[in-house]
Amino acid sequence: MSSSAVRVRVARSPRFRDPRPQRRPRYTHRVYTLSTVTLMSIGHALLGLLEAGPRHGYDLKRAFDERFGQDRPLHYGQVYSTMSRLLKNGLVEVDGVESGGGPERKRYAITDAGITDVERWLARPEKPEPYLQSTLYTKVVLALLTGRSAAELLDGQRAEHLRLMRILTDRKRSGDLADQLICDHALFHLEADLRWLELTAARLDQLASEVRA
Amino acid sequence: MSTTRHEPHPSCTAPDLPHPARRPHRGPAARLRDLAMGVRFAVSGGREGMTRTALTALGVGLGVGLLLIAASVPQMMDARDSRTAARTAVGPELGEQAPVSATSLVTAPADTDYRTETVGGEILRPDGADPALPPGLDRAPAAGEMYVSPALADLLASPEGRLLKERLQHRTVGLIGDAGLLDPGELRFYAGSSTLTTDTGGVRVDGYGTRGGGDPMAPVLIVVVVLACVVLLVPVTVFIATAVRFGGEQRDRRLAALRLVGADARTTRWIAAGEALFGAVLGLAVGAGAFAGGRLIAGSVRVWDLSAFPSDVVPVPWLGALILLAVPVVSVVVTLLAMRAVTIEPLGVVRRSAPRRGRLWWRLLMLPAGLAVLLATGTVGQDSDVVEPWPVAAGTLLVLFSLTALLPWLVDAVVRRLGRGPVAWQLAVRRLQLGSASATRAVGGITVAVAGAIALQMVFAAVHDDFNRVTGDDSERAQLTVSAEFPSGELAAEMIREFRATEGVRGVIGTVEAYVVSPEPVAEEDIRPTTLMTVGDCPTLRELARIRSCADGDTFVVHSVRDEPPGDWIDRTARKGKQVNLNSDTPFDGSAPKLWTLPERSPTVMARPDPVGEEHTGILATPGAVDVSALPGAWTTALVQIDESVPDAKEFVRNTAARIDAPVRVRTIHKIERDRQYESVRTGLLAAATATMGLIAASMAVAQIEQLRERRRLLAVLVAFGTGRATLAWSVLLQTAVLVVLGTAMAVAAGIGLGVAMLRMIGKPVTHWGSFLPVAGMGAGLILVVTLLSLPVLVRLMRPGGLRTE
Amino acid sequence: MIPAGSLLVAEGLRKTFGSTTALDDASFSVHPGEVVAVMGPSGSGKSTLLHCLAGIVRPDAGSVTYAGREITGLSDAERSALRRSDFGFVFQFGQLVPELSCVENVALPLRLGGVKRKEAERTAREWLERLEVGDTARKRPGDVSGGQGQRVAVARALVASPKVVFADEPTGALDTLNGERVMSLLTDTARRQNTAVVLVTHETRVAAYSDREIIVRDGRARDPERVA
Repeated sequence: MSSSAVRVRVARSPRFRDPRPQRRPRYTHRVYTLSTVTLMSIGHALLGLLEAGPRHGYDLKRAFDERFGQDRPLHYGQVYSTMSRLLKNGLVEVDGVESGGGPERKRYAITDAGITDVERWLARPEKPEPYLQSTLYTKVVLALLTGRSAAELLDGQRAEHLRLMRILTDRKRSGDLADQLICDHALFHLEADLRWLELTAARLDQLASEVRA
Repeated sequence: MSTTRHEPHPSCTAPDLPHPARRPHRGPAARLRDLAMGVRFAVSGGREGMTRTALTALGVGLGVGLLLIAASVPQMMDARDSRTAARTAVGPELGEQAPVSATSLVTAPADTDYRTETVGGEILRPDGADPALPPGLDRAPAAGEMYVSPALADLLASPEGRLLKERLQHRTVGLIGDAGLLDPGELRFYAGSSTLTTDTGGVRVDGYGTRGGGDPMAPVLIVVVVLACVVLLVPVTVFIATAVRFGGEQRDRRLAALRLVGADARTTRWIAAGEALFGAVLGLAVGAGAFAGGRLIAGSVRVWDLSAFPSDVVPVPWLGALILLAVPVVSVVVTLLAMRAVTIEPLGVVRRSAPRRGRLWWRLLMLPAGLAVLLATGTVGQDSDVVEPWPVAAGTLLVLFSLTALLPWLVDAVVRRLGRGPVAWQLAVRRLQLGSASATRAVGGITVAVAGAIALQMVFAAVHDDFNRVTGDDSERAQLTVSAEFPSGELAAEMIREFRATEGVRGVIGTVEAYVVSPEPVAEEDIRPTTLMTVGDCPTLRELARIRSCADGDTFVVHSVRDEPPGDWIDRTARKGKQVNLNSDTPFDGSAPKLWTLPERSPTVMARPDPVGEEHTGILATPGAVDVSALPGAWTTALVQIDESVPDAKEFVRNTAARIDAPVRVRTIHKIERDRQYESVRTGLLAAATATMGLIAASMAVAQIEQLRERRRLLAVLVAFGTGRATLAWSVLLQTAVLVVLGTAMAVAAGIGLGVAMLRMIGKPVTHWGSFLPVAGMGAGLILVVTLLSLPVLVRLMRPGGLRTE
Repeated sequence: MIPAGSLLVAEGLRKTFGSTTALDDASFSVHPGEVVAVMGPSGSGKSTLLHCLAGIVRPDAGSVTYAGREITGLSDAERSALRRSDFGFVFQFGQLVPELSCVENVALPLRLGGVKRKEAERTAREWLERLEVGDTARKRPGDVSGGQGQRVAVARALVASPKVVFADEPTGALDTLNGERVMSLLTDTARRQNTAVVLVTHETRVAAYSDREIIVRDGRARDPERVA
């Protein structure tokens, strides 16, 4: 809402032309939340990428950007700080360092603990709340990349969503009109998340089978 | 809304394609374009469209086939008449003989009955070397030879023909050509003879082939035939009108989609008409094909004893042309009219379910108008020569069409008051309340057919006595009479001898009979006293009268036990000791009288009924008292009483009769003897009524099945919550039954009304009020047939597949 | 294996139509008064599962036990009788007999069960009132709105006090508001009279009216509770 107001103001000022005027306010809004959520799951995403084989930090950043960073690429700094956290927790190990030194030449590999961590993360449904797309998307992609079932992930997430939706539905049925409206708002968003997730899974399944073929 | 683009392809509406030229969307050209588009839809309408077109084509084809056959009937009759004329001998004018010449020949009819069939036959004896021949023969058969029709040849060659073969002992030397036969199935033979003379029943003729047919039809028969044609063809037109509307509901949905892309209401109507037109034209082709196919097998099919050569089955040209033109026009007009009751909106179809009651008056008016026309035609005297077929046809048409117009109104009025009862009944009645148009149309056909059939039955029953002579024969006592058209004491004696020796015969009497008249002058306006003279031997005469003593040379005067005719009337001719004129033709043609004196000693005795149940009143004479060969116009008769328990006893008698070397005629005595022409009209009517009923059953079944198909999902839902098959089957049956019962009730009322009007017209009282019963039974049968036909579809549709959402 | 106290249990259901497999080793159970949502992508076999459970379709293999009684082996007439007396149905559309009035439609299951017309229609009218569509009683289905029609259908499904109501996308043809109303009427009433509801839907919002969901995928029915 606020960015839409900003956009109106920008549009009124000829000197302050928005460099990307075609971008719609709601989109901007979503990009913002997307990157926030991404920060929370970068560690798992990088771990998941490492499951396919050891990589250099730079490769990891590129792979991440390719798949998840369409709107906002990772900073190198983010990668290194995350990798060092993972190293400290024993989820990755340094597979080798190429000659010439420098932090960017380190090759990382995932440990068994790291694989278990990814596994657990994928299996754990996200707490249903608005604007989960990015996390869920990351999960679906990683599940497919690592040969896990996106459908199971989906079923688990759906069950989790439904649990909350049931609570909201119950509250709606016993509450007054204001409660109903608020609950409905949440319900619609939750439903939208699920539907988007189903659609994504279906398309990625399709993509995965194309890739495999 | 007047855009000209209705093309179904989305690509045509794409902006980058050139716009088709805008043509004015008014006038006949636009209508033609709409029609053409409808035809295109019918052609490329996918599987459902094809089914619909196929149904219409089949329905119309059936109707057209029947119409073409009906249109061929006059030609068939003509052909039959000319075939009959071609083989009728010429020369003799009413009993006269042709002069002897090189081409003349003596012939005698030799028709014989074999079980249920009649075998036509003629005995030929040429006078010279170059005899005239009946058509189909290339030479005259010599004595002991015969030509047979192919059908007779087959019969004689089969085991069934064994007894007939004994009778026709001539050697078969060839087949009669098609030119000499009325139809391919006719049983006929020509046998040669060396003994036939004009004295033994033969007639000398000098050629074959008369001009013109037989007797003109009686006026009453014309009325009946006109009525029959109207009655039978109206349902066919109703059926065609129904057939062009097959699948209408599904089509309406398609048209709604057209409205969405911008067609106006009138355009959709014409497109619908175009679709119907295509089906109808296809139907014409199917009908023509069916007719052509049916023609080929016409010869091998005998419907109610009727058959014809394929070459004779040709529609009357103008009737054929009328059918070819009328069917497409009817299909377009009917569709346009039907579509007026439907409003196709872009997003769906609105059906005017409530009938327009304001229009009732003209529906009600047609009925009295028709009856008035019929009654105004006045009474046709049975002997009056003139009968106008057109008012009869017009009146009948009005009455019958008024039924189809009134029925929907009646159905609506009655059904609205029903509804309480078991579930099946409720489902059926409510369905009718909501929309019964298509089923009612089909029932309209039934109503017309049934009403017409009832009227015809009544007319037939009333004129029955004119065409059916109650013979009064005592068939308990004798079942066969064998007669020869000439007097011969020897023949009488021979017949007695031969038949007594025949298997299965209980008793025989043989006589020579003639009418005799009083020679006394009578006043101009008086009837000349006439009586019968019967000549036979004493044992025979004892059978015919209560005679105490009898010797050859005796004569008796016989009075009736019932005093019919009165004894004094007999005595005015049979005057004892006075003269009797043995030539009963004298008063008519002035030929010389043959006077004979009845002996004074002729006791008056009372008659005994003969084996045929007749009394031989008048003069009984022994052969010694009168020379039978001197009896002009006399005939020789044997009455043969047979034992019914002997199988084929009749055939044995006929075989014996055939062995007697004289052209004798064997006649089976029935209680009632039917007039042949009457019989053929009746059989034709029966055949056509059967076909009509079949058509209507077909169209009702199609309507029913179509309705079931449309309700596939609903049926599946009903089954899901536990509705039994029986309940649904009953509702289907009841739905048909309610309509048919109403239609039949209306038909019975109208049919009786029509029958009464027709009878009034031909001046006959109503004799049979119960004529409608068998027809009503036919209606009940129809309900069953339609239900049975739709049950397999119902069962199939009740499978849970219908629950799937498409 | 079979959860204790289940009213309707299916084990190892298999069903193929021609070459397509609609159900492949599907299992299911529902307790009295429980609302179970059957979810899954379209073509996954949801409806076939419902048809098998309701005894409309006979599975190729597997068993369906209702109230301790195996029903797959029953004759068509017996299954019809069972559906009449113990089951109710709501479908997405096209389920009301168009020529019967709404009250007659609702009375239909009762009348099929042998209840007299007057009494059946009196009960039907009460149900219409309960579902807030009392004013449609004398109207034909074609003359009422989609939401009203669906409530009439719910009334018809519940009128004979069934033990199980099978609802196949009951809100599929309705707008959100009407769909919500139909769902809350259906589930409230069912819970109140301890009627189990088997609810086939692909809408999570509709499924949220259930107590529990099972997912059908490629003909396999998975009960998350039982898997976990």
